[in-house]
Amino acid sequence: MSPTYYVVLSAILFTIGAAGFLIRRNAIVAFMCVELMLNASNLALVTFSRMHGTLDGQIAAFFVMVVAAAEVVVGLAIIVTIFRTRRSASVDDASLLKF
Amino acid sequence: MIPLVTAAAFAFWLLAPVMILGALGMILARKPVHSALCLAAVMISLAVQYAAQDAPFLFAVQIIVYTGAILMLFLFVLMLVGVDVADSLVETIKGQRPLAALAGVGFGALLVFALGNAIVGEPLGLDGANSEHGGNIQGVAALIFNRYVFAFEATSALLITAAVGAMVLAHRERLAKKRSQTDLVNDRMRRYAESGQHPGPLPTPGVFARHNAVDTPALLPDGSTSDLSVSATLRARGTVLDSRELVQPVDQTVEAITPPETEDER
Repeated sequence: MSPTYYVVLSAILFTIGAAGFLIRRNAIVAFMCVELMLNASNLALVTFSRMHGTLDGQIAAFFVMVVAAAEVVVGLAIIVTIFRTRRSASVDDASLLKF
Repeated sequence: MIPLVTAAAFAFWLLAPVMILGALGMILARKPVHSALCLAAVMISLAVQYAAQDAPFLFAVQIIVYTGAILMLFLFVLMLVGVDVADSLVETIKGQRPLAALAGVGFGALLVFALGNAIVGEPLGLDGANSEHGGNIQGVAALIFNRYVFAFEATSALLITAAVGAMVLAHRERLAKKRSQTDLVNDRMRRYAESGQHPGPLPTPGVFARHNAVDTPALLPDGSTSDLSVSATLRARGTVLDSRELVQPVDQTVEAITPPETEDER
């Protein structure tokens, strides 16, 4: 399998995640789109690792996973806290800092 | 003889459409739970792609960490926030959705064409790197604990910080003293002394021949229904059944099997 296919697939997935992040209002779904983008970049990293014949790309993907896990824990806690005080999971409603 | 279609190619062409459709379904589904399930499909397919690209360690980590832990965390929070919350279709910024879709298509085309042209030549493959230390996991371990050991140690600090942060964010200060069992009993007896409210448990819902769920009010001896026997939530939702209707089949059956009074019985 040529690595081009994998990288193109990863680019498509990243694009869908980025577009979804712009389109969706629900904070949790927007967060899932971020996860999709991270996953797409992981696929590209693993593909580059195979292309260059070293395992460094896989290590980078592993660290991305660790950071994503930490990020999800804190991000979801923030979403739950906002939901508890404002009774809404929409990203439009959290606008107190704007004015 | 070289097979025309390798396992990796088969997995790729089978799962790439699944992944793209799953990703599209994730951003188009109105309910967040459907989005989460679509994302799960994408993540599992990604794990198979890792396995096809000589990364068995990442294959396992992807399934355990991403699909197992992170996605389940998403589902937990969805349940906390409310499963039924559908996205509002009101646009706060005019024309944001079409513009975002257009920008997405442009960005995707840019990425695909740029990357498609940037990659030349055959991949070197990971056979050499994997066999150097006796396997993929051994090779990854050698790199993590030698060259990347400081980054690895830093992630431990990151994980602890994240755990503490989540605990701080989720913690709620107790504003009033916790009510003990004694307080509750005292309250109940005081209510009984002052207003005569029954201190015992509430009556159970009614049990009928064809229905005995919690939405059937119990019948009192005088034929009226007991309001206390069903939950106030069900009453507010309007899903409480009518006990008189439920009694009717029983009454009809009793009437049908009662032998008619004949002349010679007198």
